[in-house]
Amino acid sequence: MPPIPQPSAADSATLVRVRGLHFSRGTRKIYDGVDVDIPRGKVTAILGPSGTGKTTLLRIIGGQWRPETGAVEFDGINVHRLGRSELYALRKRMGMLFQNGALLTDLSVYENIAFPLREHTRLPENAIRDIVLMKLEAVGLRGARDLYPEELSGGMSRRVALARAIALDPEMVMYDEPFTGQDPISMGVLMRLIRSLNQSLGITSVIVSHDVDEVLSIADQAYVIANGQVLARGTPDEIRASPLEYVQQFLQGRPDGPVAFHYKARSLRDDLLGSA
Amino acid sequence: MIANLGAVLGNFVAGLGRAQFFLLAILRAVPAALLRPSLIVRQLYMSGVLSLIIIVISGMFIGMVLSLQAHHALVRFGAADSVGVLVALSIIRELGPVVTALLFAGRAGSALAAEIGLMRATDQLSAMEMMAVDPMRHVIAPRFIAGLLAMPILTAIFSVMAIGVVGGHLITVDLLGVDAGSYWSQIRANTDIHDLNQCFIKATVFGAVVSWIAVYQGYHSPPTSEGVSRATTSTVVVSSLSVLAMDFVLTAFMFR
Repeated sequence: MPPIPQPSAADSATLVRVRGLHFSRGTRKIYDGVDVDIPRGKVTAILGPSGTGKTTLLRIIGGQWRPETGAVEFDGINVHRLGRSELYALRKRMGMLFQNGALLTDLSVYENIAFPLREHTRLPENAIRDIVLMKLEAVGLRGARDLYPEELSGGMSRRVALARAIALDPEMVMYDEPFTGQDPISMGVLMRLIRSLNQSLGITSVIVSHDVDEVLSIADQAYVIANGQVLARGTPDEIRASPLEYVQQFLQGRPDGPVAFHYKARSLRDDLLGSA
Repeated sequence: MIANLGAVLGNFVAGLGRAQFFLLAILRAVPAALLRPSLIVRQLYMSGVLSLIIIVISGMFIGMVLSLQAHHALVRFGAADSVGVLVALSIIRELGPVVTALLFAGRAGSALAAEIGLMRATDQLSAMEMMAVDPMRHVIAPRFIAGLLAMPILTAIFSVMAIGVVGGHLITVDLLGVDAGSYWSQIRANTDIHDLNQCFIKATVFGAVVSWIAVYQGYHSPPTSEGVSRATTSTVVVSSLSVLAMDFVLTAFMFR
C-alpha cells in the first residue's frame, strides 16, 4: 500500500496551484513563467489557440510530464517531488478525460468503467456492477454497456470516458477538449453533465478548450493562455470584457489582430517569384 | 563521414542502454503481473495460439525438405537409415528454435509492437497512468511473460511437426521407403537429453529476446502511423538479427 501523500499548509480554497511554470518541447518554449490557481469545487476553463500548450498543462498537473522549473501543487502536495507509488496514489484523486476518449479497445464499455474499480478496490462484483451501471446511467449510456469502443460514435466514446474518469469519485476531473468534433446534441449533453457533476458531487473541473462560448457558459473562472503566458484571468464576464486586443481577437475569432493566422514566412510574392 | 559514423554508434549505444533500463523495469513489474494470471493467459493466446498455424505448417515443410535433401545426400553412401538422425539433430539443435523464433518475431513480435504502439498513439497508456495503473505491470510485463512461455512450447510443436507426423517421417518412411523402425531407433540412439536441453535453452532465450525487443519498440514508438509502422519493421529486423547472433553465441558455448 503506497503512502498517502500529506498536504503542506495550503489554501483550502485552492486545489491546484501552479507557480512559475517553465516548459519546453525541443527548442519550442511552451510555458514561460505561468501561474494558475484552480479553485476547489469550481469549473475552471483554460482557453487559448491551438498549440499553446493547454493539454500540456493538464499532463504537467497530472505528473505525466515534468516542468523545467516551477512548482505544481495538488492540495498542497508538490506533484513532481513525489515518488512513483506516491504519485500513483495521488492520481486516484484525479480523473482525466482525454481528447479522443482513450478507451481500452480490448474491453467493453462495462469493463472499461469497471477497470479502475477492479484495479484499486476490493469491492465484490455486485457492488462494482452497481457502480458501473450508475456511472453509465449518469452519462446516458447504460444500454451501451456491452458495446466495444469501435462500435461507439465519437460523442459516445467521450461520455464513456467521462463515466470512467469519475468511476473512483475523484476530487478533480480534467477535460481535454471535451467538445471538439461533437454534434450540438452531444455537446449540450456533455456541458450539462460537466456542470451537474460539479454541482451535485462537488467535483473540481478543469476544462481545456478553444470552444469559447460553450466553455464560458459553464465555467466559474477562466484563463486565456497564449505565447507561453497567461494573458487574462477572471470570471467569464471579466474575460469577455477584457480590453486586451489579443483576447478579443481570440474570443471573436477575428482573422486580423495580434494573433497571426499565418505561420512565419517570407512574402507570398517573393515565394511565388523565387526559385523552387 | 567519421562524425556520422560516431553519431550512429552513439545512438546505437544509447538505444542499447535505454533498452536495458526498460528490461529492468519489465523485470521489476513481473511479480505484480504474475498475480494477474488471466492477463498472461490472454496474451499466451494472442502470441502463442494464434501463431500455431504458421508454426505447424512451416515445421511440416521444413521437415519434408530437410528429409529430401538428407536422403539425396546420404543414399549415395548407403546411409539412408541415418536420415532421421540428421533431420532430428538439425531440427532439435538449430532449426527448431531458430526458425520458430524468426517466425515468432514476424507473426507475434510485430503484432505486439503494433498493438503497444497504437495504445501509445491513442493515449491508452497515458489513460492507464492517469488511472494510477502502471502500464508496465498491466500491459508490458504480461506480454513479455507470455512470449517467454510461448516460445519453448511453439518450438516443441515445430520440432514434432518437422521430425514426425507429416514432416520428416512422411517423406523418409512413407515416400522414400526407409524403414520406420530404423528411422525412429536411429533418432533415439543418437539424440540425448543434452540436445533437448539445448533446444529448450535456446527457445527460452529467443523468446525473451524477441518479446523484449517487441515491447520496447512498441512502447517507444512515436505516436504516429509512420512511427508504429517503423516500430513493427524494426521489431522484425532487430529480432531476427539478434536471434541469429544469439544462436551463434549460445551454440559456441554449448559445444565447447
